Amino acid sequence: MNMMSESAVEKALDQKMSDASHKMIGKDVSVYYGEKRALFDVNLNVRENTVTALIGPSGCGKSTFLRCLNRMNDTIENCRVTGKITLDTDDIYDNNIDVVELRARVGMVFQKPNPFPKTIYENISYGPRIHGLSKNKADMDQIVEASLQRAGLWGEVKDRLHESGTGLSGGQQQRLCIARAIAVSPEVILMDEPCSALDPIATAKVEELIHELRANYTIVIVTHSMQQAARVSQRTAMFHLGQLVEENDTDKMFTNPDDQRTQDYIMGRFG
Amino acid sequence: MTDVVSPAAGIPKAKSVRRDIGIKRRYAAERRFRAYGIAALSFGIIFLMLLLWSVVSKGYTAFQQTMITMPVEFSQQIIDPQNERATNPQKLMTANYPVVARNALAKLLNVSVDDRVAARAVSQMLSDGVRVQLRDLVVANPAIIGTTQTVRLLASGDIDSAYKGQIDLNVGQENRKINDQQLGWMTQLSDSGALAKHFNSGIFVNGASSRPEAAGVGVALIGSFYMMLIVLVLALPIGVAASIYLEEFAPKNKFTDLIEVNINNLAAVPSIVYGLLGLAVFVNFMGLPRSASFVGGLVLTLMTLPTIIIATRAALKAVPPSIRAAALGLGASKMQTIFHHVLPLAMPGILTGTIIGLAHALGETAPLLLIGMVAFVANYPTTPLDPSTALPVQIYMWANEAERAFVERTSGAIIILLLFLILMNVGAILLRRRFERRW
Repeated sequence: MNMMSESAVEKALDQKMSDASHKMIGKDVSVYYGEKRALFDVNLNVRENTVTALIGPSGCGKSTFLRCLNRMNDTIENCRVTGKITLDTDDIYDNNIDVVELRARVGMVFQKPNPFPKTIYENISYGPRIHGLSKNKADMDQIVEASLQRAGLWGEVKDRLHESGTGLSGGQQQRLCIARAIAVSPEVILMDEPCSALDPIATAKVEELIHELRANYTIVIVTHSMQQAARVSQRTAMFHLGQLVEENDTDKMFTNPDDQRTQDYIMGRFG
Repeated sequence: MTDVVSPAAGIPKAKSVRRDIGIKRRYAAERRFRAYGIAALSFGIIFLMLLLWSVVSKGYTAFQQTMITMPVEFSQQIIDPQNERATNPQKLMTANYPVVARNALAKLLNVSVDDRVAARAVSQMLSDGVRVQLRDLVVANPAIIGTTQTVRLLASGDIDSAYKGQIDLNVGQENRKINDQQLGWMTQLSDSGALAKHFNSGIFVNGASSRPEAAGVGVALIGSFYMMLIVLVLALPIGVAASIYLEEFAPKNKFTDLIEVNINNLAAVPSIVYGLLGLAVFVNFMGLPRSASFVGGLVLTLMTLPTIIIATRAALKAVPPSIRAAALGLGASKMQTIFHHVLPLAMPGILTGTIIGLAHALGETAPLLLIGMVAFVANYPTTPLDPSTALPVQIYMWANEAERAFVERTSGAIIILLLFLILMNVGAILLRRRFERRW
């Protein structure tokens, strides 16, 4: 890919973004952990083929909001979600929605690389297998290769697909986790501080990958690093004390935010 | 530390401000603590060695048995004088085989069988078990009647003890079970090579017997094997399923807390209480047979369940939550998450807990006494519902016997039990290694 075509793609994507439909819409989303309220009526829309970064100080509810998007909060006892979140047109908290199916459409990458203690091949093939995405072995091989290709890991691991996934380096493990999430062909990928356990070089690789994935997936990323948000995202949402402070184009957010609190946080005055 | 020269003037010397934090005392305390540890370990090792030495030194002789090899004439005169074995199958079973053996030994020693006192002394040198030995030979092959065969027969328990040097021969012959004449014969037979110690396979295959030389742990081994099988088949699935439910599915409330507390308490209940429970429920209420290894297995299952549940829950808890999150995040259901990822990772811990529980059950005696497994069982149990004993119960019963030859058998049986326990522990380690490599 040369510079010209790359910028052409960028342009096309940005064009697509500006009139992009909202992939996921959160309306008056509140989350309670038992008696404690963690999110206060958050209204946040996630645009298609866009990287949306969620920033804010620790404990501000950004991870909580992220986990609402594929109902990972269901696994926490005493956790209650109110409001409405839709994926395309489906209300994901509707009783008719199967959470298994939802998580196949909305994949997730976690803070710490967490490959299964199995082989690299099995790590990737597990998702497609339980969702019945492949008809035979050759089909599966193809899915595994394509997923690893997209995650930029194929060249590094193609000769040791049947070695343990936990034997890879931290950065490779995280890209393996991204490949694992891609393998089930999700529409949205949620990333919860995917680089916080990685060194700068591995971080750069993952960021590059996020950039490339944007063409095919809608990405929501929680990050503590302002620079990372500025580098990888097109839209940024700032959370503070469980409330959505501001949501804006990333460029505007980091140069001329509407809200004073955003300004203060980005300048490092709190958080 | 003492001569710190501060380059910057005005800054007080470290020595003057730093309070005494007792570095020397800390190191001394650490050394002391290490010494305690080493002392405790050495103490334990010494006692373990003492135990093993005492058991092995007393018990190794049980694996050798004094036997007399001699030509035996299967005289038709004695076995089947009326030649009716074709019509009366009982004839060969009830024939007077001890006389056949006695005559053979008397012939070897040049003693006249007409001398009744001497003949009696001769027959006392042979075990009563020769009746079964010779009967089995004849029943298997009636054609040997009328021929002379070289047969290796069991010497009596007293000869065995004397030959192994376990009887004090310095006391007068009226105070010991074997007289000087028999001793002389023993030496004579030993010199000629007829009487010698051989490997004692009987201790592994024979059932209970009041004659120590013919007694073995065969029935007890079968009984213990059946019980272990029943415990494994019942306790492992029930225990693992219960742990998975409690750990992964059950809501956390007062009721499940109560269950948890009770499971922990059950693990500490004395085993004899389980025996009483088994007696009341399985034997009296449900009418299952007494002395049966099936009932023993059920009782030991109840006893082992808490151990397995506690170990399994600990193993499940130890699986990192990130693995669950990864599987759930991929869209695996809870069931798939548990069975595809959590359970395999918990497997080494579960297996270790199970095998430790099984080993515990294998050595358990008290509950078996209550359900009647402390019994004289000479015949092999064919099903778990037949009467049988168990290894530790057999040890308990032999320890109560008076004969000198039973002392070595008690220790011998302990060695067998310990070997099985070591085998199981090695199995646990190997299984754990295998699963840890795979996952």
